Amino acid sequence: MAELRALVAVKRVIDFAVKIRVKPDKTGVVTDGVKHSMNPFCEIAVEEAVRLKEKKLVKEVIAVSCGPVQCQETIRTALAMGADRGIHVEVPAAEADRVGPLQVARVLAKLAEREKVDLVLLGKQAIDDDCNQTGQMTAGLLDWPQGTFASQVTLEGAKLKVEREIDGGLETLRLKLPAVVTTDLRLNEPRYATLPNIMKAKKKKIEVIKASDLGVDLSSKLTVVSVEDPPQRTAGVKVETTEDLVAKLKEVGRI
Amino acid sequence: MVGGSVPVFDEIILSTALMNQVISFHDVSGILVCQAGCVLEELNHYVQERGFIMPLDLGAKGSCHIGGNVATNAGGLRFLRYGSLRGTVLGLEVVLADGTVLDCLTSLRKDNTGYDLKQLFIGSEGTLGVITAVSISCPPRPKAVNVAFLGCPGFAEVLQAFSTCKGTLGEILSAFEFMDAECMQLVGQHLHLARPVRESPFYILVETSGSSAEHDAEKLDGFLEQALGSGLVTDGTVGTDQSKAQSLWALRERITEALSHDGYVFKYDVSLPVERFYDLVSDLRARLGPRAKHVVGYGHLGDGNLHLNVTAEAFSTALLGALEPYVYTWTAAQRGSVSAEHGLGLRKKDVLGYSKPPTAVQLMWQLKALLDPRGLLNPYKTLPAHA
Repeated sequence: MAELRALVAVKRVIDFAVKIRVKPDKTGVVTDGVKHSMNPFCEIAVEEAVRLKEKKLVKEVIAVSCGPVQCQETIRTALAMGADRGIHVEVPAAEADRVGPLQVARVLAKLAEREKVDLVLLGKQAIDDDCNQTGQMTAGLLDWPQGTFASQVTLEGAKLKVEREIDGGLETLRLKLPAVVTTDLRLNEPRYATLPNIMKAKKKKIEVIKASDLGVDLSSKLTVVSVEDPPQRTAGVKVETTEDLVAKLKEVGRI
Repeated sequence: MVGGSVPVFDEIILSTALMNQVISFHDVSGILVCQAGCVLEELNHYVQERGFIMPLDLGAKGSCHIGGNVATNAGGLRFLRYGSLRGTVLGLEVVLADGTVLDCLTSLRKDNTGYDLKQLFIGSEGTLGVITAVSISCPPRPKAVNVAFLGCPGFAEVLQAFSTCKGTLGEILSAFEFMDAECMQLVGQHLHLARPVRESPFYILVETSGSSAEHDAEKLDGFLEQALGSGLVTDGTVGTDQSKAQSLWALRERITEALSHDGYVFKYDVSLPVERFYDLVSDLRARLGPRAKHVVGYGHLGDGNLHLNVTAEAFSTALLGALEPYVYTWTAAQRGSVSAEHGLGLRKKDVLGYSKPPTAVQLMWQLKALLDPRGLLNPYKTLPAHA
């Protein structure tokens, strides 16, 4: 059977259920003391990698995350779900804001080559920036085929069959390996990490490296100018009859 | 559950729904003063925005009024950590049967001046006075909440796990709930909720709440290692994000819903010494045999409160006869409470005697006669008919 190796990228983001608050100085959102978790789409990517391993199609699953030291918790969660080992590309907290899809893609591309993996799995996008770029950029830098928004992934001989969710419905691609796949919501339902695996995960290795060790430049040409709340929705007005409605619309100059 | 707020004969219904204003909130002390008709969930949102939480939480939070919570001395899911309303309510404004407005709405943590009258009204089910405003102490909002769902091989292990929890988690333990295998089977069958761990005879849900994520995670890890290592727990999972934590809570919070899909439900809510907790369920299962569809036990083990439910295809007086007074006499023999948190209302007023001696009931009648001589307030409820 195929003896493939998979690299799964996971991102630590503010938990999906948390109410986001913009910082008063408008430089970003409040992250201090706020609950963070693994990006839900990344979780789906880890689950898919572990399932491929359980089907004996993948031999080793490596989980990687770029960011400050807390990213190691996210890598541990991936290990508890079944990943074999982790790589933490450490970025000091002060610089973490400037690490965007292009920087992460550069890191992943280098790691994919260093670790000689056959498959790079990522979530389709992160719920904090909604960029939906990292997977695509990684494939571009590696010059590998990509199957994005995957809702089904199967191995057919030496090729990867990826069913993608697109606006018109579903598209099926067959990709030569090595390839990059980004996961969409319907691909799978991530497992609960069970206690025995959580305990085992503590003993699994997480290698800590810097981007410079890979020869990657993390500089960015983008600056965040300001972060603001979306405008408050003003209250609606209720009217009694259609005549009232037409009069009101004329009054506010809409018709 | 006991029909305490259901009109049965010739009553006039009084609703406080329009009395839904927050009167004041002191954001250093966390003391909230509000009218009785405020909905619990809305109060929770209000104080959460200011860095606090309500000291109680229950399934009906979206519709229940705080005045009603106080009148029924509601327990709920945060009881283990924050205690009873008897401790968190600091003051009340109550209208008496003769129209007198009793203003005991102070916001003082300590006030030993005379008899503590508010305690009469808390849990009185509206029979001694109408609560119109509440002053309540709210705890700070925890910065870190963790939920673990674990499988135990037997009830003895459940009890040991509880002791271990108290020992290793200490002050951060905020909930300890249990459910049996039948409950898990029912939520799976009727609500399609997936079982997150290996099949076990018992499941426990442990929640921690604290001010430091690292500190709490370390303590929780310590407890989990110990529990797994010593065989108290055979499998488990930790909610790694909020939605997982909510899914784990749903397994416990939606048992009532699952039971209602199973047929007619006979519900019992008792307080028992924890060692004998599950014996009532096993004894009842043996006693009823195939007459019952399911006999399940679940509840606030940390508070010594068992929810015992029996389902059948349909109501039958024969089955009721097999259940009552058996459940009550069994509970009374353990000096337990025949109504741990749901009160007496209409349906349980005649079983008050199983948990309180005649002298106590006599004094209750005297207090009722003193405060409501004409029997205007929530008649036909709570106390058995005067001998």
